[in-house]
Amino acid sequence: MRGAEPDRQRWPEYLRGRASVCKEPRLARYFAAGTLDPQTPIGDATLVALDMETTGLDASRHAIVSIGLVPFTLNRICLAERRYWVVRPPRPLSRESVALHRITHSEVAEAPDLEAIFDDLLAELSGRLAVVHYRHIERPFLNSAIQGRLGEEFKFPVIDTMSLEARIHRQSLWARFRRWLGRPPVSIRLHNSRERYGLPPYQGHHALIDALATAELLQAQVANHYRPETPIGSLWS
Amino acid sequence: MEVELLEVREHMSRHAPFDGLSDDLLDELAGRVEVSYFKAGTEILSLDEPLNELLYIRSGAVEIYRRNGDLYNCLGEGDIFGQFSLLRNHRVRFPATAIEDTLIYFVPDEIFQRLCEVDDHFADFVELGRSRLKAVVEEQHKSNDMMITRVRKLLTRKPLLVDVHASVQEAARRMHEENVSSVLVIADPGEEEDPRRTFVDRQGESHTLVGILTDQDMRNRVLAEGLSAATPLGEVVTEALITIQSDESVHEAMLSMLRNNVHHLPVLHRRRPLGVLHLSDIIRYETHSSLYLVSNIFSQPGPKGLARLEPDVRAAFVRMVHEGANSQMVGSALSTIGRSFTRRLLELAEEELGPPPVPYCFMAMGSMARNEQSIVTDQDNALVLDDAFDPAQHDAYFLALAQRVSDGLDACGYTYCKGDIMATNVKWRQPLAVWKRYFSDWIDNPNPEHLLHSSIFFDLDSVYGEEAFAEQLQDLVAEHAARSPLFLAAMARNALNRTPPLGFFRTFVMEKDGKQNNSINLKRRGTAPLVDLIRVHALACGSRAQNSFERLDDIARTQLLPAGTGDKIRYALEFIAMVRIRHQVIDIEEEREPDNNIEPANVSDSERHNLKEAFQVLSNAQKFMKFRYPIPSRGR
Repeated sequence: MRGAEPDRQRWPEYLRGRASVCKEPRLARYFAAGTLDPQTPIGDATLVALDMETTGLDASRHAIVSIGLVPFTLNRICLAERRYWVVRPPRPLSRESVALHRITHSEVAEAPDLEAIFDDLLAELSGRLAVVHYRHIERPFLNSAIQGRLGEEFKFPVIDTMSLEARIHRQSLWARFRRWLGRPPVSIRLHNSRERYGLPPYQGHHALIDALATAELLQAQVANHYRPETPIGSLWS
Repeated sequence: MEVELLEVREHMSRHAPFDGLSDDLLDELAGRVEVSYFKAGTEILSLDEPLNELLYIRSGAVEIYRRNGDLYNCLGEGDIFGQFSLLRNHRVRFPATAIEDTLIYFVPDEIFQRLCEVDDHFADFVELGRSRLKAVVEEQHKSNDMMITRVRKLLTRKPLLVDVHASVQEAARRMHEENVSSVLVIADPGEEEDPRRTFVDRQGESHTLVGILTDQDMRNRVLAEGLSAATPLGEVVTEALITIQSDESVHEAMLSMLRNNVHHLPVLHRRRPLGVLHLSDIIRYETHSSLYLVSNIFSQPGPKGLARLEPDVRAAFVRMVHEGANSQMVGSALSTIGRSFTRRLLELAEEELGPPPVPYCFMAMGSMARNEQSIVTDQDNALVLDDAFDPAQHDAYFLALAQRVSDGLDACGYTYCKGDIMATNVKWRQPLAVWKRYFSDWIDNPNPEHLLHSSIFFDLDSVYGEEAFAEQLQDLVAEHAARSPLFLAAMARNALNRTPPLGFFRTFVMEKDGKQNNSINLKRRGTAPLVDLIRVHALACGSRAQNSFERLDDIARTQLLPAGTGDKIRYALEFIAMVRIRHQVIDIEEEREPDNNIEPANVSDSERHNLKEAFQVLSNAQKFMKFRYPIPSRGR
């Protein structure tokens, strides 16, 4: 999936192109609204933190179980506008995944199929720049789910707080120096990244709480390493 | 789907003032919060900017400043700020800066106002106008049954009234028939002319209440004296009658029994007797051992027995606090116990040394005189002797007397005074005339040593002997000090030596200079400076009261303090004293030696907030005092 990501600089072109050719009306609306100017300062951007729990790590074999999102800006995370859905995956849940995300068989059995929430989900994402921690889950899983049900590709720019953390902590001179000394790299997992900014530990593996945790992490990263004027085009992937 | 934001909800539910909210309100609150991160060193609120949210610290630390830039407070996880602005003009009054990386939850004004409306606990916590301390102190009173229950509720039967001319045998027979342990003795108003004791009974007949006769009196005054069964009641009745009004509290009744060492208390409605309250009525109502303890003290045959009662004193103290006593009740009960020990020791000493060669008054100073004694206390006492005192002839007796009392008190847990303020010190064992010279000299020449003495000796009360001596000294102070601006100014300055801390931050005490300490002496930094400043105002208005709360009543009748300030001081004193008492109870229960220190780690959230407010009251009152009593210019 990584190879299929459009180049960071070319997101506006990709979105405009998709908007003009897309036949599925719901996706077309999203692409039309989602044309974000890469020059927009991060301080002015409307953002939405997104997280999902899945039955595994492979988008081609595993499915989405829950989705949480929290709209936010650099200044404020609005819990009142949060959304959370549990959805029924096409295949039954394995015991390991239940242990991890604590969503049980019975909860899933009563949940709707993902298709039933597309309208709502796409409306929430429209006109907002998504923020995730580790984009190689949210984006491919959504793409795979939408392609499977609507027959069209669905890709969108995201700010990946994990890759920002990697830039800061893995690609710096100090990080390379540490590696050269044979020290293990710092952890860029959500929990460990938050710790570095003095953010409180949260109970992980709940899509809504992880979305909130990701939003807080981006605020902290920008406060510490960027500026409100930093253009979103230099942060997204 | 509505999802409980557990991370947010759980955290807020553990911290005041959200800890008292219903589950529904908490859910709604958590769902409406907005979140923002502030890097260390970033300003969170700047002066005068509009503010429409309450701020809650989810993690990190924040410093709050005054308008003039002084540090006002340091807040940590679970603390709130911004409420003062929301309750006023929605502009930032106290700017705030993150001093660590901080995560803030913002609560919209609309939710804040609604919580204030629907939840009293929440409103009391955040409101400034209706002082939070006042609410807390009143809440504690409300929960205390003994304070609100009126004595008439404890009466189970009408009093037995017997005419003053009836024989003791007649009275005994009636007492036996009615199965009561006392009679009220009445007379025809024509014979006993005391309008204050004349009442009209339900049949419309007038009587005068002459006195009371108890079954103990029957034994001690009739049988033991070999009086005949035909002796009229009038010859043996106790006329110095201690009574209580029917709408007084049970607590008042207890105090009256303790103070006067009586077991029967006639209850009156105006002047008409409704019944007789007996010690056992109260005990049945509220098992309360300080009453037993006092009678136990007076039945001890020697100092050793008294010393063995020390654990009982602590047990009574713990029980009293658990039963919801406030600081005044605890202070006055402990003082009564302390006085009882002292009196019993004096009685025992007199039995051994013989009657005193000249009259004397044994005086208590400090907390015992103020009826504010705590469980951690030393002894401060002195002897005022009759002016006929001749040292060569008499002092050996009084030294021995003082020595016995002082040693006895030490054995009972009232340790020797480190400053040697004890009757064993010859300087504090002097005739009345010398004491008067001392006091006048201290007031006229307020040097540091004299001010120190004044602050100790000007809380004085008689414990035993010639009360009039102590009263004369109280009068002298009340009359002389109020007319001595230089003395008042010096006392006022002296009362500023001990200052409160700013508040607490996490497990530290925050000092005004930003320093942090691990523990705080609540007496030295809280109650004592409050008592000191109340004393100055009391001296200025010529009050003769010794108890700080009673002094505040006297001060309130004057214009010395701005309106409302006296009440604030009262609540601050009550609150700090109560925290100190509660921590002493914890010490005793955990088998540590109780002291006046509290460790901030053991202070609950709401205690922390209220203490901070109480310290603020003290600090403001100290500032005010400096201006209230300026040093008079000597030129005039």
